[in-house]
Amino acid sequence: MSNPERLSFISGVGRSASGRRLGRTAMDLTLDAALEAIADAGLTRDDIDGIATYPGGDAIMSRGFGGPSASAVQDALRLDINYLYGSGEGSAQLGSIIEASSAIAAGLAKHVLVFRTVTESTMQGMAGRNPGGGMQRMGGFLMQFGAVSATNWFAQVAQLHMHKYGTTREQLAQIALTCRTNAGVNPRAVYRDPLTMDDYLNARMISTPLCLLDCDVPVDGSTAMVVSHVDYAKDAPHIAAHINAVGTAQIGRPSWDQYEDMTSMLAQGVSKHLWSRTDLKPADVDVAELYDGFSIITLAWLEALGFCEQGEGGAFIEGGQRIARTGELPINTHGGQLSEGRLHGYGHVYEAVVQLRGDAGERQIPGAEVIVAANGGGPIAGAMLLTKGIRD
Amino acid sequence: MAIDHDILAVRIAPQDDPETDFFWASGEDGKLRFKRCQSCGYYSHPPTPRCPKCLSGEMVPEVVSGKATVLTYTVNVQQWVPGQEPYIIGLVTMDEQDDLRLTTNLVGVPLDADNIIGMRVEVRFLARDDVWYPLFVPEGTPE
Repeated sequence: MSNPERLSFISGVGRSASGRRLGRTAMDLTLDAALEAIADAGLTRDDIDGIATYPGGDAIMSRGFGGPSASAVQDALRLDINYLYGSGEGSAQLGSIIEASSAIAAGLAKHVLVFRTVTESTMQGMAGRNPGGGMQRMGGFLMQFGAVSATNWFAQVAQLHMHKYGTTREQLAQIALTCRTNAGVNPRAVYRDPLTMDDYLNARMISTPLCLLDCDVPVDGSTAMVVSHVDYAKDAPHIAAHINAVGTAQIGRPSWDQYEDMTSMLAQGVSKHLWSRTDLKPADVDVAELYDGFSIITLAWLEALGFCEQGEGGAFIEGGQRIARTGELPINTHGGQLSEGRLHGYGHVYEAVVQLRGDAGERQIPGAEVIVAANGGGPIAGAMLLTKGIRD
Repeated sequence: MAIDHDILAVRIAPQDDPETDFFWASGEDGKLRFKRCQSCGYYSHPPTPRCPKCLSGEMVPEVVSGKATVLTYTVNVQQWVPGQEPYIIGLVTMDEQDDLRLTTNLVGVPLDADNIIGMRVEVRFLARDDVWYPLFVPEGTPE
């Protein structure tokens, strides 16, 4: 095994119900997802010897952004474990999965339960939207100028990308349109009705050049997985989603407005790091599950990961054929956060595992054996390359 | 030198912080200041107690020209606060250093102008509750 991350694989996946304003508690949803993931891995709770989550903390204090803490789940399941982790810092949402992988490589655990739970839809319904809420630490020199929403921060990235490279709204629209098309064959997606270019161009503007359809949709839901040592792969009930490589580097200023290349984000350094840890190349990737909190983030990941040159993302996705399920690089096959719902990074990883297993039904990409999952935007970034079955 | 009317219905005040208080009070005399390393001359924003380049601890607020160029911007349309009119958030690069950047509001710039990126701008201050917010207007705007 050339990289320590190849000592682990995703053995099980689970999901709670997900949707708008479910009115259920974060712990309730989390336990549904966790127990499903543990059973899916062919394990019982007694086998779980580690727990990791993003971002940790408390769902009410964070107005639905954080789920239950790792220790709260440990207690709810009455587990005795060897490893516990919960943090909003690290390689975006994926940081918790990478932490689980690292703990396994270090011999600290054999089967780590990881989860991400959001109840933003219910919490915003109860208390109204809270733009920038909980983001004061990130927005210290932004909020005072009315840059109160991440929409504003990414809008400036999109604006500069369009100015510098000639990227058009019609091109950017292909991210939203592709996600919606894919959501149409995903029964768990919240927005499944067909979307047209006219719908996109006529959607109300939020912060130029980003319109409502460039923004993901808050939902309630929990996604859980079990990360296991490769020794377990031969006994596991499903073919392994093997962790081939991770990208965790932080290169450049970790800032919304001080990153050197404001047409991109820290995804650039993460992507270089990822490819430095594997012999696989961008051309080997069959499917890309790329974070889409905002459409421009997905475009930035496509460029950063080397599927096209920096600045050529607009042309790359023009017309949408290349990134469609029938194209050379299908993206966000589940509909992404733009249409399936904002399961906050874990939805992309869950879909990657389902695709590698060949269990995606109507939206299955034939021959999906190498999938990249990328999480986060701006100063928050992490990426992971997964393969079907264990590869040395 | 001052801006009287605020384009924001609600302007969020900075948190008290000994590291940054000078920045928010700087405009009282109409001048914008950033912390500058007395050893190597590097300006640091947001302010830091040591120079991020040479690690010197001699960081002193220094007056800058207040002139800048717009790197990127967005027109915020969503009414995060009921009744809020659209406004421009801009990211400007100060003349003094090519990585000395500040997120701000652009005032007196038409929302639909197609030449905002690259526009030359200069600072004006909006005073509210002992905070002087540095906002930017097109260069040469009469005072």
